[in-house]
Amino acid sequence: MSEPEKTSVIEMRAVSVGAMRDIGLVVLADVNWSVAPGEFWAVAGQQHSGKSDFLMLSAGLMAPVQGDCKLFGTETRRFDETKLTERLRVGFVFEGGQLFNQLTIRENVALPLQYHRDLPPAEAAQEVAALLELLELTPLAEVTPANVSGNWLQRAALARALMLRPEVLLLDNPLAGLGARHRQWWLRFLDQLWRGHAWCGGRPMTLIATTDDLRPWRNANRKFALLHDKKFFPLGAWNEIESTNDPVVKELLAAPAELIS
Amino acid sequence: MRENLAKAFALANTQLIRRAQLPKSYTDLVGRKLFLFLLTLQGLVAFALITLGVILRKSRAARNVIRPRIRQEIARAGVALLPMFVFVALALGFLVIGQTVSTLAKFGATDYLGTTMVIVVVRELGPLLAAMLVLARVGTAHVIELGTARALGEVEALEALGIDPVHYLIVPRVIGMAVGVFSLTVYLIIGALVSGYLFAFLQDVPLTPGDYFKQIAGALSWLDFALLALKTVAFGFFIAIVTCYHGLARPLRLEDVSRVAVRAVSQGVIVCVLIDALFILLYLVA
Repeated sequence: MSEPEKTSVIEMRAVSVGAMRDIGLVVLADVNWSVAPGEFWAVAGQQHSGKSDFLMLSAGLMAPVQGDCKLFGTETRRFDETKLTERLRVGFVFEGGQLFNQLTIRENVALPLQYHRDLPPAEAAQEVAALLELLELTPLAEVTPANVSGNWLQRAALARALMLRPEVLLLDNPLAGLGARHRQWWLRFLDQLWRGHAWCGGRPMTLIATTDDLRPWRNANRKFALLHDKKFFPLGAWNEIESTNDPVVKELLAAPAELIS
Repeated sequence: MRENLAKAFALANTQLIRRAQLPKSYTDLVGRKLFLFLLTLQGLVAFALITLGVILRKSRAARNVIRPRIRQEIARAGVALLPMFVFVALALGFLVIGQTVSTLAKFGATDYLGTTMVIVVVRELGPLLAAMLVLARVGTAHVIELGTARALGEVEALEALGIDPVHYLIVPRVIGMAVGVFSLTVYLIIGALVSGYLFAFLQDVPLTPGDYFKQIAGALSWLDFALLALKTVAFGFFIAIVTCYHGLARPLRLEDVSRVAVRAVSQGVIVCVLIDALFILLYLVA
């Protein structure tokens, strides 16, 4: 095994990605990608370009139609319960949160901790309260998701994903539909996580976010990729994106008409 | 989704066959129905085995999360249905047992009372009626809840958190329903036998309560208790399996919900009748 394969967090070789809702439908083909620990990737794509499916496959939530996809050096096809430790090293934030509607925000956030460590609510309470406080969710702790706005739902989903202090965080279009203040908060907080947040013991986190708008992710430290026409294109760093003439990248960099007006 | 679960659910995806044009001959139609039945049966058996495997393998896992959920489900499939079951027990007693007792008394055949009550109420009517009522009240709710959870991506969210959806969503419902059907059947039988005697008493049937219950006790054997327990637990288990399978098998669109709920209830009834037939065979053999 070569050196990069040993150290990669995610390694894809000639991967074809199927749609989560229709596994027979290939949304991306021949993807070759490698993510090293501590990298921060923003994967851009227009609507229906397969961003969510790509991220689900990266997280080991579905198997590739073709090719090899490895997470921490383990084939995701074999990502069964014997590999639970590896799975718990990955956190996943769904677009829109996908919180459990029958549970309150506190119960949603506490669930992974209680389930995997088999803790009664009282014993998990302190740790859950600290995370809710960190993400400014304490006032909404006893509210069910149906009564929370989209801005805070997305943040509650982040809290749930961070509960077990993962090493890698995958975020599906995390800034979609957020207000300007929340958007700023997210970018600042994700940057703190990437540099090493106290919640995760100061350990730098590997982050991969999908987006349909590249502008908020402008940062010299991030790596960029594009999903278009069923293909995966690594774009490099921000300065390389700015100098590109690719019309799709230019579209993803352009401000929406309503913002310009 | 876990590979074995995905395979079991793939068998429920029979839309292509169901939406195809009706065959021109009756034999083709029967063949198609039989094929659909076998596909569904295969999916249900696979799902039941997966669930049973998870119950046995993870009986000690995440007890602090799963046990409260089991208690919730027992409350929903058992305790919450008690008022309805009291009413049904009274109705069953007045309408069926009271008339049977008074008719037997009229012909001087009260010696057969115990045997008749045990066969009609304890072995057949009580368990089947309890199962049907739980299927209608709680089974349909399972289909809708799980279909919605699947459509909203909650199953994928559980997988992403490393939580087994069968352990978290299905096991509590299956255990809750098995316990619920068993308990409610016991209450239904006791309620129906007592109210039946009250109705007969009002009709001046010359039978003391002591004689009535002595006859019933005399007609009961240990086998009745054992098979009653087994049968009601089997009813609860398989009703939950059928309804959860259809709810979870694929993300339901709003227009699909009523159709899938109806299909799940129909299959639930068929499964209960088949289990009942199996237990009649067991009684005959024993």
